[in-house]
Amino acid sequence: MHKLLRQIARVGISTEAAPLPDEALRQITGRLNDEVLRLLGRALAIRHVDAGSCNGCELEIHGISNPYYNIEGLGIRFVASPRHADMLLVTGPVSRNMQEALRRTYNAVPEPKLVVAVGDCGCTGGIFGEGYASCGRIAKVIPVDVAVPGCPPPPAAIVQGILTAVQRKS
Amino acid sequence: MAPAIPGLQLTPLPGAAPAWRAEVDAQGWRGATEAAAAAGARLGALWASDERQLGGGSRVRALLVCYEGLVCLELLLPEGATTFPDLSDLFSCAARMQRAIYDLVGVRAVAAGGQPADERGWLRHAAWPADVFPLRRDIAMATVWPAGEDRYAFVPVEGDGVHEIPVGPVHAGTIEPGHFRFSVVGERVLRLEERLGYKHKGIEKRFEEMGLEEAIRLAGRVSGDSTVAYAWAYAMALESMAGAVPSERALLLRALLLERERIANHLGDLGYLGNDGGLAFGLAQFSRLKEDLLRTNARVFGHRYLMDRVVPGGVAIDVDTAATAVLLEEADRLERDIRRLRAIYDDHAGLQDRFVACGKLTAETAALLGVVGLAARASGLALDARVYPAHAPYDALEPRMCTRRHGDVAARVNVRFEEALESLRLERRILRRLPLGDCRAPLPTVAAGSLGFGWIEGWRGEVFVALEAGAGGTVRRCHPHDPSWQNWPALEHAILGNIVPDFPLINKSFNLSYAGQDL
Repeated sequence: MHKLLRQIARVGISTEAAPLPDEALRQITGRLNDEVLRLLGRALAIRHVDAGSCNGCELEIHGISNPYYNIEGLGIRFVASPRHADMLLVTGPVSRNMQEALRRTYNAVPEPKLVVAVGDCGCTGGIFGEGYASCGRIAKVIPVDVAVPGCPPPPAAIVQGILTAVQRKS
Repeated sequence: MAPAIPGLQLTPLPGAAPAWRAEVDAQGWRGATEAAAAAGARLGALWASDERQLGGGSRVRALLVCYEGLVCLELLLPEGATTFPDLSDLFSCAARMQRAIYDLVGVRAVAAGGQPADERGWLRHAAWPADVFPLRRDIAMATVWPAGEDRYAFVPVEGDGVHEIPVGPVHAGTIEPGHFRFSVVGERVLRLEERLGYKHKGIEKRFEEMGLEEAIRLAGRVSGDSTVAYAWAYAMALESMAGAVPSERALLLRALLLERERIANHLGDLGYLGNDGGLAFGLAQFSRLKEDLLRTNARVFGHRYLMDRVVPGGVAIDVDTAATAVLLEEADRLERDIRRLRAIYDDHAGLQDRFVACGKLTAETAALLGVVGLAARASGLALDARVYPAHAPYDALEPRMCTRRHGDVAARVNVRFEEALESLRLERRILRRLPLGDCRAPLPTVAAGSLGFGWIEGWRGEVFVALEAGAGGTVRRCHPHDPSWQNWPALEHAILGNIVPDFPLINKSFNLSYAGQDL
């Protein structure tokens, strides 16, 4: 136990300041009113859905929980069911085999809800594009509030996308 | 020296991986695989392509991993032929690959008795009709069909008190999609059946729209966590066809990137394994170390996960003396931290109680299933393409193979610890012996019809890329093969007799790729 405590003391607190929201990432405006955003912004529950990524974006989504980005410190946490979630964090492209699962997951999230698309493939279809097995970008299947480009987008960019989605207009 | 397989006319292929090809007929297909299996060969990969434009039907290829190297058996079926001889009795891992072949190309593996092995779709769910085979060349990439009905016949388990737990495709954590069907009594798992293919996005078809050199970017996105392994395997295949050998400096830099990919993934896994074992401290500590490593990657190499750093003909990066100093200093710091954390993991009774004897995969089962990579090494199988056959530069770096015999979660944790430390040793060796040289050389033109293979030991296991050139520098066919094809079935065995709540831990201890096998 003493080794463990010593290691905690040695490392200290490495959490960094959160990035500021960036309105340029927003795809849809005015979907939720400011009062709802104010509430969500203080305690946001996120459900992640991988709709067909290469798994690179998942590595960076894991990253936002590490001590540097410490997403839980901002009142944001990942939940195990879409029914507990306020926001879907979706990576793509959406494979046709995941299209139905993504739609059902979206429908299972109670209103009011937000969707953040993560990564170049989620934003545009990326290198995989559209085809017999891929629907392309996430907005082809469910509405997307904020899209975060990058291959993969670094954790700070993902945090920024999440914070942009819950930012109040006034 | 070529492998001695009776009845085979082996043609050697140039390149970094020792490889031969041999045309066979249906009889030779069985005869050669039986002889190879009896001699201890493994099945590396199995795929097919539509050859009607070349005056045939479909061509099925099997990549056998023999003691001497890779042997690619090529079976050209006559036009109209819809079956080929089943290999799943010799190599059980062939079963899912054969189902994928049917889904994509439309030729079915049939056993000697005439009955097909397993007619359920593997990659085809409901996105295209049962009589359409999207990898055939007369099907355009952009063709879209209305979604059909997705029914899958899981194997039912019946008896007193047996119930089923369906999980997925959307999982409870930040994980890739797949479906697990548990049949349990109380908490104990009687059977696990996996159903994958949810991420199938037509990568092999997409390759055929690309040029040989640009397609390395797609290869690097087959499984993002293994981007260096895939890009290197692709480059190796392409360079073998072009008759090009990258400079010693370029090869050593590739090894540096590959080892850093290994360290990053092992650090991430060690954190999550601690967390799944009830020690959140482990996740906080290891995810911090991983983040430090990724930040160094971004600073020194320009990308956190090293995507697009391996390019045809060499690497797109270089290290100067300042970067070398940064990397060496980081290696020392990282080694000290890993050793400290290992001591804490080793001393933690609660954690070891979860790890030891959990999710056991015996050496016999692992060998029977053709398991590869770190999971194989944790079950006592001495497989590591860096050690043997040790392509350049690993032949000079002399990596030490890390193995354990018990095949449980604890063994897979220990192999990760030791491999991370060994990779740091290799990193130091590379940095201290980097000779001068060009990092990248232009590739000569590749003749249409050439075939090349790449074989790289990624952090999860061996990655193969089989590449065939088309006219004018295009990709005619590319089959990237993930070690997860071999290792997913092993998870179904490792969970048997364990309790459901241990599944996340056991699953994480294998940490297999969905994207890599769904293609």
